[in-house]
Amino acid sequence: MIWNEFIETADREKLKEIQNERFVKMIERMYYNVPFYRKKLTEAGIEPGDIKGIDQLKDLPFTVKDDLRDNYPFGLFTVPQNQIVRLHASSGTTGKPTVVGYTKNDLQLWSEVVARSLTMAGVTKEDIIQIAYGYGLFTGGLGLHYGAEKVGASVIPISGGNTKKQLQLMVDFGSTVIACTPSYAAHLGESLVAAGIDRKDIKLRAGIFGAEPWTNELRKQVENLLGIKAFDIYGLSEIIGPGVSMECECQNGMHIYEDHFIPEIIDPKTMEVLPYGELGELVFTTITKEAMPLLRYRTRDLTRLHVEKCDCGRTLVRMEKCMGRSDDMLIIRGVNVFPSQVEAVLLEMSEASPHYQLVVNRENNLDTLEINIEIDDQFWSDEIKTLENLKKRFQHNIASTLGISAKINLVEPNTIARSEGKAKRVIDKRITNSE
Amino acid sequence: MIIKQLSVFLENKTGRLTEMTKILSENHINISAFSIADTADFGIVRCIVSKPEEAIRVLKEKHFSVNITDVVCMIVPHEPGGLYKALKILSDNNVPIEYMYAFAFDNAASVVIRSESNNEVIRVLESNQMKLLKASDIYQI
Repeated sequence: MIWNEFIETADREKLKEIQNERFVKMIERMYYNVPFYRKKLTEAGIEPGDIKGIDQLKDLPFTVKDDLRDNYPFGLFTVPQNQIVRLHASSGTTGKPTVVGYTKNDLQLWSEVVARSLTMAGVTKEDIIQIAYGYGLFTGGLGLHYGAEKVGASVIPISGGNTKKQLQLMVDFGSTVIACTPSYAAHLGESLVAAGIDRKDIKLRAGIFGAEPWTNELRKQVENLLGIKAFDIYGLSEIIGPGVSMECECQNGMHIYEDHFIPEIIDPKTMEVLPYGELGELVFTTITKEAMPLLRYRTRDLTRLHVEKCDCGRTLVRMEKCMGRSDDMLIIRGVNVFPSQVEAVLLEMSEASPHYQLVVNRENNLDTLEINIEIDDQFWSDEIKTLENLKKRFQHNIASTLGISAKINLVEPNTIARSEGKAKRVIDKRITNSE
Repeated sequence: MIIKQLSVFLENKTGRLTEMTKILSENHINISAFSIADTADFGIVRCIVSKPEEAIRVLKEKHFSVNITDVVCMIVPHEPGGLYKALKILSDNNVPIEYMYAFAFDNAASVVIRSESNNEVIRVLESNQMKLLKASDIYQI
């Protein structure tokens, strides 16, 4: 099934025509409405009249996450506030979150791309979809929600957590599709077994999973536990939210909706554009978004693009599952975590940041975060209660900054491995365990 | 009357305590009193040794997290009510105790006391004719 056959199976030349037209208009809007972009383009010696099409994309400046923070909250919006109908913000970032805004048209566009995605997973108006992504500032819940309504499916906006209720409604309402993070899907599957619910009592047949990296091994596990076919959805709030790309039934990469988002792969060191098939950093330019279009936004996700026509009939470019990051960001339980945030918390609580290390693991299919902190003289006490209080304060401040809880371990000095004098900040056991 | 106690932060890992005492042994440092306060993840070793400054130095060299804590050591009779009598004096005078540990030998028992107000402990106990050990006494025990 294809939601928008005209676009999704379009001849690539035809698609490029559409892209060129939209791209030229977008550059114009950026130039005249956003001082940040006018300055950037001017510095690059570009005026709107110079831009004829997307072949010129490679000569244009990049946008990075810090640009969003520097223009917090609404500095990159191209429309006045009275045209903004929705605001979302990223979770778990130091200091200021990154804010994204949507006009009415943007929400329609978002619903459209999510509708296409759901259709790839075979979702129709006959389905009952349980949306167990968080609803709120996070784009997951509401993003899936409006797309599912557009398809005409019956939506259960249950949001994340409360596993018992999830299982109850899954049985009682007969949900046929579940949308959540892959690790939560695995948790639901195991809870289903633990609760003694027979597979015959649930009607699930498909799952739409994203918002965190996951392996094919976890896919098989979730498919077995829940008796479903698991589909990978990709997105980031800066671009639109979930629905930037999605896997079709061929499960051979995720189709990017290029009539709205133009992907490029660059070498993160030289910033040169790489040809199809090569591994590099994924960069997106949004060509239809009204409220906050982005020019060559660096996602930091590492992947490859493939342009060959898919067996499903779609001509849209496919991206592989992301294989890491060009920065040190971690995604833990769907929340973006930078080691520097932990450092900032430690610095707030002390004169000099002690040595610390993040250990990320996956236990019972839920991500865990432990933070080892070396005890040095500034934290020293020989009283248990003082040290326990210190641990609690770390725990509290870390949780309120990162948005997720972490187990704090106080460790002896010099026990965190150092290489070339620098402590190894992150051990991600999810990667080593799954390969 | 202040005694220099060694406090060492140790993770709950097999062999750490052995390693610590090995270092003291190799440097001919005698341990007179010893206790461990533990939690699920870590412990604090508190001990009184013959050469506290040297002990700190050699342990720090081996990357132990170690510091000196001031404590008071009193002597109570090794008999029923001996400890009670001493503690009652402190509580009657509202002197708080952070932690303590004790060891008995022959006719007497030594009690190591850590308080936020060590000097208050000393004043109260001495004015009640309780016997306190001097630093020079205890390092030689």
